[in-house]
Amino acid sequence: MGKCNILKPGLLVVVSLVVFAGTALATSSAETAALMPAGDHAWWFWPIVLFIVTFIMGILAVLGGVGGGVLFVPIISGFFPFHLDFVRGAGLLVALAGALAAGPGLLRSGLASLRLAIPVGLIASTCAIIGAMIGLALPTNVIQLSLGATILGICILMLTAKKSEFPDVPESDKLSSILKIYGVYREESTGETINWKIHRTPVGLCLFVIIGIMAGMFGLGAGWANVPALNLLMGAPLKISVATSKFLLSITDTSAAWVYMNQGCVIPMMVVPSLIGIMGGSFIGVSILKVVKPTFIRWMVIFILGFAGIKALSKGLGW
Amino acid sequence: MNQDNNLSIGPSPEQVLYANVLNKGMLIGLIILIVTFGLYVLGVVAPFIPLEKLSSYWHMNVHDYLTQLNIPNGWGWLTMLGYADFLNFIGVALLAGITILCYSAIIPSFLEKNDKIYLVLAVLEVIVLMAAASGLVSGGGH
Repeated sequence: MGKCNILKPGLLVVVSLVVFAGTALATSSAETAALMPAGDHAWWFWPIVLFIVTFIMGILAVLGGVGGGVLFVPIISGFFPFHLDFVRGAGLLVALAGALAAGPGLLRSGLASLRLAIPVGLIASTCAIIGAMIGLALPTNVIQLSLGATILGICILMLTAKKSEFPDVPESDKLSSILKIYGVYREESTGETINWKIHRTPVGLCLFVIIGIMAGMFGLGAGWANVPALNLLMGAPLKISVATSKFLLSITDTSAAWVYMNQGCVIPMMVVPSLIGIMGGSFIGVSILKVVKPTFIRWMVIFILGFAGIKALSKGLGW
Repeated sequence: MNQDNNLSIGPSPEQVLYANVLNKGMLIGLIILIVTFGLYVLGVVAPFIPLEKLSSYWHMNVHDYLTQLNIPNGWGWLTMLGYADFLNFIGVALLAGITILCYSAIIPSFLEKNDKIYLVLAVLEVIVLMAAASGLVSGGGH
């Protein structure tokens, strides 16, 4: 117990120090890089810093209950010398890789629902293409400004949105009945068999128009919006919503990722270290999930996101 | 909660099929990505953009980056696979393309079940993703 008491704050202090040291290092070096076009560092400097920061992001994403993409884009675009075009391309691929890796397990366990994901995914992926096209056509400062506003909006959503483990769905709506979107799963914690169904499907599908556009426009992934839409609005149980949302990202982000890739927004030296960093961090995050206090980490994630959102706003305003 | 006793616990056969195709494709894509990145950073294959010059370009917007380096967009990277940096695109394309394969794999299941709505939705999804992958729909760039 005593060992655990020392481990928890120690771990948090180390994680916090590395995050802030990493971002501080990135900020100061980004300013230097702006003054010196070729940069002052060996070629491997930025990829290594990127790997370290994304590794920590991977840990925080798991502990804070957010996707990697939502942390990646604002932090990397705010504090690294990479152009937003490449950050968004990498952000989509990072979110996509995470969703692809988690997808098979979630589908096999029955927690992710293919019948729920197919209609929602079609709308979100189509709109993500439109979002990507808008995002690539708009001036960078406008995108930075909108990204900052969106990130601050996500912070407010994280602070205020409630979650409902088993939302009350008195009756399926007509559309979800036609689409046969319902299911049954075993709740391992209680051993109960849960039958679930959804309602407000037309409104929910309309919401995924906006979610898809934002995912494509900012390269953020969309787990932050998928879960409240599936859980609070459409009434899917929380576990089904979280699992389906994660799987859904593999569909939504695929279409937007292709648009960014076809436009040339992929630099492998950015993408691969980020991808390995986030995935490695996620594995560590899962293994230390039992040791740390998720509430504190969630507050920390909101704080970091808020900071990155303000930084994006200031960059967009040219301050 | 709906208590429909006709439902069974566990994923549907097409959901398992989707998961199996996804699992294999994702693993192959990731392995290729890591191997080709190894060839790139270890200098086994020469890159198109020398590593020490890369940092001079990544702060540019994508239009300037492609123009200054004379890099083709779209599927033009296929003509540059002799360079280590472009070799990495094989893994990226596989990861981005696996969802199309997954959907294509489950279409026959919907056909067999005569599940017309989901058959149409799955075919539409393949069309949307193929359109995005082909470059038929693309952004304007800066």
